[in-house]
Amino acid sequence: MQHWIVMPVIIPAIAAPLIAMGMRQDIVLARVFSVATTVALVLLSVLLVFKASDGHTHTYALGNWPAPFGITLVLDRLSALMLLLTSVLALFVLLHAIAGWDRRGRHFHALFLFLLMGLNGAFLTGDFFNLFVFFEVLLIASYGLMVHAGGAMRLKAGVQYVVINLAGSTLFLFAVGLIYSVTGTLNMADLAQQVPHIPPADQAILHIGALLLLLVFAVKAALVPVHFWLPGTYSLAPAPVAALFAIMTKVGAYAIIRLYTLAFGEGAGDSAWLAAAWLMPAALITLVVGMIGVLAARSLGQMVSFAVIGSMGTLLIPVALFTAPAMSAALYYMVHSTLAAAALFLIVDMVAQRRKEVADHLSLTAPFAQMGLIAGLFFLGAIAMTGMPPLSGFIGKLLILDSARDSTLMAWIWGLILFTSLLAIIGFARAGSLVFWKTHEAGQPLRRRARRLPVGNALPFVATGGLLACMVILTAFAGPVALYLDQTAAQLFEPTRYIHAVLGG
Amino acid sequence: MEFLVASTVGLLTAAGVYLLLRARTFPVVLGLALLTYAVNVFLFAMGRLAINMPPVITATSPGYSDPLPQALVLTAIVISFGMTALLVVLALRAYLESDSDHVDIATDGDLKGGPH
Repeated sequence: MQHWIVMPVIIPAIAAPLIAMGMRQDIVLARVFSVATTVALVLLSVLLVFKASDGHTHTYALGNWPAPFGITLVLDRLSALMLLLTSVLALFVLLHAIAGWDRRGRHFHALFLFLLMGLNGAFLTGDFFNLFVFFEVLLIASYGLMVHAGGAMRLKAGVQYVVINLAGSTLFLFAVGLIYSVTGTLNMADLAQQVPHIPPADQAILHIGALLLLLVFAVKAALVPVHFWLPGTYSLAPAPVAALFAIMTKVGAYAIIRLYTLAFGEGAGDSAWLAAAWLMPAALITLVVGMIGVLAARSLGQMVSFAVIGSMGTLLIPVALFTAPAMSAALYYMVHSTLAAAALFLIVDMVAQRRKEVADHLSLTAPFAQMGLIAGLFFLGAIAMTGMPPLSGFIGKLLILDSARDSTLMAWIWGLILFTSLLAIIGFARAGSLVFWKTHEAGQPLRRRARRLPVGNALPFVATGGLLACMVILTAFAGPVALYLDQTAAQLFEPTRYIHAVLGG
Repeated sequence: MEFLVASTVGLLTAAGVYLLLRARTFPVVLGLALLTYAVNVFLFAMGRLAINMPPVITATSPGYSDPLPQALVLTAIVISFGMTALLVVLALRAYLESDSDHVDIATDGDLKGGPH
């Protein structure tokens, strides 16, 4: 039973090379195998969520080396939640991809599964250097996926994406080096034990290392001032890849939550709540920049990308408060915004495929095939993304506003979140009316015969519908979900239990 | 020796950051290579500089040189080497397809959705 914890890393690690080497000629076989692997990951992560919800922190010592000498995998409520979110998202994105995107380049499925392996590893690991390695695994896979299907613009965006992430990796190593040089450990639990006992002379080095790490995670999470890579990357990446990347920004958020509650939390002495002073202003500015970008975007893809930046701001505002209710609200919004962003990227792709050379540009065209249905999906996606009732975005924002009530920055937080929601509503409404509503002004609809599409094209609708259905479930069962998240947040703010579970004693 | 190592790391980092900000692919690749050299030397130094010390503790040895940073550096070298190779290939493809070696994209801000 204890070996289940390592399985989310092992399964894709075995399946991906099999697909790359054994099934490279047979796309049907690769699709079946890839979907089967992802379904297995969904079932496994459901199992792990049940396992984690008993409230204990489960550990797995790789190679049976005891912590802090070996690498430890840690399963608690937060990591189980992230595993489930990743695998569910991956399943729907994969359904969209096998409708055609996976044939436009090579090795899509292998890279896809390697990316899942890196993500699962990053969510499970309890060791800094191992976190770096899993970051690299997921980044290398994402480089391949980013330039999947080629094209001059996409390759340029790919180069930019690779360069910014290589610079980020170098910073990560500098930060790890600084922290190791004063604490002598790379194990997160051991680090949490060492931090309060660092002599004052060495504290400056520790703080520089910890804040450099914050910068690295901010690059991943696309926080201002290191957000500029995201719009180009996400709007030029192949649609299913952009949708899957919706979870990649959350890896940064996860790492921030994990590190700064565990090692720099209440018990850290002089280093307590180190990140809060930097994170809060960055998150507030990110929110504003993202939502202004939604108004300024010239294509649907860019607009959704900026909405992703804005949602990262919304997500990290409650994280920066570092209280249990705020963390619970942040986690709810994290699940919601991942699903909403992915659904919107898939919808934008359906629009772009049907409008041919205009693609997803915000310009007037004649009506296109299945426009009514796609407009309906876009409407739902936009409602979710902007945080309007009745979908989960509304509940998420409400929880965040409620948790910020006692903060000294309450006026700023409430004002900015509410104002930027209005900006997002204006941006999405304007884009929707231009792309769907006014089309009759531009020309006659296609004749009925030309509107019929082959059966294979039903899959993108299934994928988007599935993601929207997940949000409906998240809304309808907001009570039980919030209960689980409250317990998750409580677990995060009791780091001693994590430390004892990893180090024993 | 500390001064020598520290100034080497500093010099490599400064040169790397300068080249990285040139925003053309060739200087950027060189800049990233210099930065990875800097970080490799830095990781070595983080286990404290020790000369003529065994990596394994025995009862008779006066001390030991920390073996962990060396293992980390090995991993970092492999990853950065592979990544530099990938970046060179990618930059070359991007240059051949778009006839421009600028790292920044779409100076007129006109991003089309790419080929569909």
